[in-house]
Amino acid sequence: MDSKKYLDDISQIKDMMSRSSRFISLTGLSGILAGIYAITGATVAYMFLLPNDYEVLTVDSLKFKSIIGILILVAVLSFVTAYLLTTRKAKRNNEKIWDETTKRLLINFFVPMVTGGIYILIKLHSRHYGLTASLMLIFYGLALVNASKYTIGTVQYLGYSQIVLGLICAAFPGYGFWFWVLGFGVLHIVYGTIMHFKEDRK
Amino acid sequence: MGLIDNINKLFDHRIRLGIMSILMVNDDVDFNRLKELLDVTDGNLASHTKTLENAEYIKVEKAFIGKKPNTKYFITPLGKQAFKKHIDALEDLIRNPK
Repeated sequence: MDSKKYLDDISQIKDMMSRSSRFISLTGLSGILAGIYAITGATVAYMFLLPNDYEVLTVDSLKFKSIIGILILVAVLSFVTAYLLTTRKAKRNNEKIWDETTKRLLINFFVPMVTGGIYILIKLHSRHYGLTASLMLIFYGLALVNASKYTIGTVQYLGYSQIVLGLICAAFPGYGFWFWVLGFGVLHIVYGTIMHFKEDRK
Repeated sequence: MGLIDNINKLFDHRIRLGIMSILMVNDDVDFNRLKELLDVTDGNLASHTKTLENAEYIKVEKAFIGKKPNTKYFITPLGKQAFKKHIDALEDLIRNPK
């Protein structure tokens, strides 16, 4: 018996464990694009929609609805982009995108996301606007950390960063908008760029 | 007692090794998913799962989804223990080649 065979066995074990339980990594490019969407959305909101000092933002106002609309648009665009780019990458590597692991990944991602989303909406309806950005960052971070068990790569670090940023944001009321831009815009772009050079270039 | 004694003969096969590896990290896996991951034929896979089942390393649960039969596999505590021992033995053999 030679140790070559045992090494082969070990690599077979590793391969099967990771292929059966982990989803292919998201591409760096989808992170960069998500960041750009977020910053674009934030810019539009900043220029046209943020309330003036003398203005009170109410849930029923057009401005408020537009802001919510932009948020949803940014989220949907980011999600679709990630989906399309990941599918393309999977095809290139001859991997299947929709299998048991993907399903688990999505469930693990959306449980904290949807919980957070509903919680924020309830808070908004009772006119607690103050912590919205902080809550969005924290729940998004938790969703990423939770889903990262099923991904190859370093998504969990992006998740931890978002959580920390969300907590800091909670300590600085009034700066929510800027923390949101930092988390959903800048962090995505930084993370996406790192990923792009580390993994996609291989 | 030599190190070789800890090598489990049952796991000395690529497909059985694969089945165990997959079940170590997944709560339950169905037949088709195993087939797809291991890239084997129905008959081949069935004979290897049967062997592992007879050793009580894995557990089988048969059910129907609509009209389609669905067979799910789980690892047993005994199987987990045996597999861990096997991996340790492999490690030892690689570290101290004789």
